[in-house]
Amino acid sequence: MHGLAFDIAHMLAGFLVLTSFMMLYQDRLSALINALAIQAAVLGASVAWQAVIQEAPHLYITALLALVFKAVVIPMALRRIIRQLGIHREIETVGGTGLTMLAGIGLVALALQVVLPVTAGSDAVAREDIALALSVVLLGLLMMVTRRNAVSQVVGFMSLENGIVLAATGARGMPLVVEISVAFSVLIAFIVVGIFLFRIRERFDTVDVQALDRFRGERR
Amino acid sequence: MLEAVLLVPLLAAAVLALVPSYRVSAGLNILASLLTLLAASSLAWVRPDQGMLLFVDDLNVVFLVLGAFVGFTTSVFSASYIAHELHTARLTPTYLRFYHAMFQLMTFGMNLALAANNIGLMWVALELATLTTVLMVGIYRTPAAIEAAWKYFILGSVGIALALFGTILVYLAARGVLGEGIDAMVWTTLVTAAPQFDPRLLTLAFVFLLIGYGTKIGLVPMHAWLPDAHAEGPTPVSAVLSGLLLNVALYALLRFKMILAANPAAIAPGPLMETLGLLSVIFAAFMLYRRRDIKRMFAYSSIEHMGIMVFAFGLAGPLANFAGLLQMVLHSLTKSAIFFTVGHISQVKGSQRLADIGGLTVTHPVLGWGLVAGVAAIVGLPPFGVFMSEFMLLGATMARAPLLAAILGLGLLLAFGALLMRLHTLAFGAPRGPVGPITASTIPLFAHLALVLIAGIWLPPPLVAWLQHVARMLG
Repeated sequence: MHGLAFDIAHMLAGFLVLTSFMMLYQDRLSALINALAIQAAVLGASVAWQAVIQEAPHLYITALLALVFKAVVIPMALRRIIRQLGIHREIETVGGTGLTMLAGIGLVALALQVVLPVTAGSDAVAREDIALALSVVLLGLLMMVTRRNAVSQVVGFMSLENGIVLAATGARGMPLVVEISVAFSVLIAFIVVGIFLFRIRERFDTVDVQALDRFRGERR
Repeated sequence: MLEAVLLVPLLAAAVLALVPSYRVSAGLNILASLLTLLAASSLAWVRPDQGMLLFVDDLNVVFLVLGAFVGFTTSVFSASYIAHELHTARLTPTYLRFYHAMFQLMTFGMNLALAANNIGLMWVALELATLTTVLMVGIYRTPAAIEAAWKYFILGSVGIALALFGTILVYLAARGVLGEGIDAMVWTTLVTAAPQFDPRLLTLAFVFLLIGYGTKIGLVPMHAWLPDAHAEGPTPVSAVLSGLLLNVALYALLRFKMILAANPAAIAPGPLMETLGLLSVIFAAFMLYRRRDIKRMFAYSSIEHMGIMVFAFGLAGPLANFAGLLQMVLHSLTKSAIFFTVGHISQVKGSQRLADIGGLTVTHPVLGWGLVAGVAAIVGLPPFGVFMSEFMLLGATMARAPLLAAILGLGLLLAFGALLMRLHTLAFGAPRGPVGPITASTIPLFAHLALVLIAGIWLPPPLVAWLQHVARMLG
């Protein structure tokens, strides 16, 4: 049983990294949001599996939050925003897809190389989860760096948060306060971003954050 | 009384969200801040029992009292500042209501972060404080304000996310020793059990915590949000950002540094902090020469001072820690006083551009000389207190690492030159820009400067003993 439990946890965490890679090369906003929804659903499944093998029922709440809130509600809201803003056009990446993917592979290798030797003392599930979670975090950062569109930066940030939730649930017995707070902070963060997106729209007629660069305070 | 420190701001935030009149809410804001200050001061004498979630010890009581004091004086300044903003229609009554509620919610978040005994709770509280300040920075809704708030939000979120990852790694390290559950996140338990933790995990965790909380402290190279956030928000927000929020982030870093320091096999946190600190000092000192915006200039000065503090705590030892603590207290008081002056000045001139401001000592003697005194204090001229703390730090560094002392001294001198050069055209010379009268509340300004002056001449022995005790606690 233990072998199977580990294999499934490992597979789900691996899936999460895979969806991060999927996001890296999406060049349309709607496809990017779909990839985010898939990642959140995989996260929900992964957290639910952790709840089963750790026999920690409170983790089901986190799983449910991921499934309902992150995989359904937020993608729906984001889709509505991009429809309202009329930005179904392509999004540019800096440096091209190939280079970004190569950088992504490098980051995953780095994460594994850093985490696995350090956590040799911990149980196998936690080790793999932390290593793969760090990969997701770094890939989310990479996405935020390579995108210029405000919506896709937010998607990158949410993918980064997904990685952190994976780490938090992989660490067996971590108090509930943290998981709820993470989910909660995503909610708050999302509201904030929602407000900002509309304010950006009000002022610039675009959500391309490059438009913001013109207004750096020093150049008035 | 610890409950009062947390509940007063929380209740006040709820009430202020409902009060329509801005005069009433500005008054309530002052009252709530005063009550918080009284409750925080009482903690210095009466300690609540140490809990699993909250606790008060000799270290965080310094931060709590300082924060409540600056919060109170800022609320007094804010009352006179916002009346003018409403008058010039930069803010509407609805936004003011929102602003007051956010101000108290931020106080709640910071006090919770300071009093938290649980590293997870501390993280949540700091995130709350950050989000409220993001909203306040963007409140003018000008393109520049939105850019500043967006940048602050994105960089702050990434920083705080990395800090959470570090927190999880600390929990993992503690779990092996303390077992699963809440015990492994309680700071007081962590610091006593730290010698048995896996040093490699702690090392990895500290890297994330330093980058994460370092972003919130405004350390170079993660500082990009700081000047924008200071320059584009309302000036009371600039004052609390520099005077309080940066300190809270520094406090979080110090708590983790103490865990690291208790484990000799883990990486020594000192050299990392010294490097980032010195880098911030030198970088900010050079950047001071190229500023054209008055609030942005003092924001870079905040980066410089946070660098000095991080360097001092990185160097460690009783003398350097003492200097760092003193520097922190005096910087909070001086920098918020400077922002109080700058707020009124930019209201008179209708601009924050350095080129539009000049000859203040002639046209507005009180504000002008207030600015002169504030800048003299912040660059470390005697007899102000900052001179003493910087001198002590240089002395401590000279004794242990002369090369670093030379670099630090160079940074201090560069910043000194830049700020005095600017002060010359701001305060003296031919008046520039509008010279209309301003109704300014100068009590907070001169109360702060008087404290800094007194600290430079005579520090009360009980305070010295207290700070020495805390400095030894920090290792």
